[in-house]
Amino acid sequence: MQTSVISRDPATPYRFMGLLLAIGILWPMLQLAQFEPKLLVDPKNIQVMGDFLVQFFPPNIQATFLSLVLKATVETLAMATAGIALAMVIAVPLGLIISYSLSISRIGPTSDHQFAQSIRFLARSFMLILRGIPEIVWALLLVRVFGLGAIAGVLAIAITYGGMLAKVYSEILESGNTLPARALILSGSNRITAFLYGLLPGSAQELASYTVYRWECSVRASVVMGFVGAGGLGQLMDQSMKMLNGGEVSTILVVFLGLVLLADYISLIIRKQLA
Amino acid sequence: MAQAGECIAIIGPSGSGKTTLLNILATALKPSLGTVVVLGENPWKLSKSSLKRLRSKIGLVHQAPPIPLRQRVITAILAGRLGQWPLWKSILSLFYPVDITGPQSCLERLDLTDKLFDRCDCLSGGQLQRVGVARVMYQEPRLILADEPVSAMDPVLSDLTISVLIEEAKKRNATLVASLHAVDIALRWFPRIIGIRDGQIIFDLPSSEVSEPILRELYASELGGLPIQASSTAT
Repeated sequence: MQTSVISRDPATPYRFMGLLLAIGILWPMLQLAQFEPKLLVDPKNIQVMGDFLVQFFPPNIQATFLSLVLKATVETLAMATAGIALAMVIAVPLGLIISYSLSISRIGPTSDHQFAQSIRFLARSFMLILRGIPEIVWALLLVRVFGLGAIAGVLAIAITYGGMLAKVYSEILESGNTLPARALILSGSNRITAFLYGLLPGSAQELASYTVYRWECSVRASVVMGFVGAGGLGQLMDQSMKMLNGGEVSTILVVFLGLVLLADYISLIIRKQLA
Repeated sequence: MAQAGECIAIIGPSGSGKTTLLNILATALKPSLGTVVVLGENPWKLSKSSLKRLRSKIGLVHQAPPIPLRQRVITAILAGRLGQWPLWKSILSLFYPVDITGPQSCLERLDLTDKLFDRCDCLSGGQLQRVGVARVMYQEPRLILADEPVSAMDPVLSDLTISVLIEEAKKRNATLVASLHAVDIALRWFPRIIGIRDGQIIFDLPSSEVSEPILRELYASELGGLPIQASSTAT
């Protein structure tokens, strides 16, 4: 009997080719993006950036302005939270439909698998439209309907983030251990109970942490919404910027950093609870 | 062909098709050739709801228990009845277990009484495997399938678990089909033995007629002797 001795990893050439391909794609991209690190350390540019940044100091901490900031912060949090809550209403059913790990017809596959796949494709396309259009465009569109105010911003966040959450939810549900859900389906369970008893225990942490991260993003997105008149910190910042009041802008930025920190902390607590 | 209430062991070398056969019986796989009839029905000709109903009558004990580790034992066992419960009951049970005595008595028979409210990641491999058995017992299926149900247990627990499965099948006149790696367990407990190799049935005999030469031939290509438990229940 002859045995051939393999002394080299057969995967090496493919990995090497993959690396070359990555460099081959990335290099022209950087060229197109006018990526020139030299410009960053050019003394003239540093001077310009410095002059700009100096305007931001010191932050404005007058009581009247701070009370305005506080009110705007509450507004922003309300917008972001309402936006994410509505986004979840869109995302949870969509995510459950799209997720292949909860497909009942794939086991076999049964005769209606083609039909189920086309439903999944439709849901996927719908999700693509929701998240493919930037929230600012949705906001501009909705302002035409609802007029200036928070509701256009909230709905714009709900639509775009609903699409994003649905995509990531379905991917999280597919990436973990999907065998428990499959086993439950094999004992007659439906899609919802297979999710609740088979997938949720293993993926709750990840689902929660991504949702909180999206909430954090929606706090930031509400700034952009403010520029189209949706209220909150964004509108305040827009006014301060237009009046070239750097001190006020930096106060608002500090509040933003605080909110991001808060989001991190909330995420940490939730993850600990679910561990 | 298997009669209701029959207990059948499937043995054969690894890779012979034991798990595939059980998966076909569990309606997890569609046979590429021929048809399969489970509990009097061809699963691949049924409507969606009839297939769901059929599946709720089939219980499969998996070799690696398909139970989320962050789930409590009681929830994992209650999940056996999801196919029979209405949706509201399944959701309600996540907030407060709708049945405590049922899962408790399943665990008692498997010598796991004190684990009901423990989380599955606190259990050993053999304990988790018994939780998987308890879930199928709680499901009360008409067809019990078991794929190497005692692979992570010591000989004493293996015998206990197999005896509970057989008792359960007898009590409810359910059919039990189990694939087993250890030939001695199969011969000790099961009245009917099916030997398979390379996807073919080599023999289908009452256990009293399964002799040493027949077994040697079945495992011919495996190195060494016949696969049996490390030490028998004589200890």
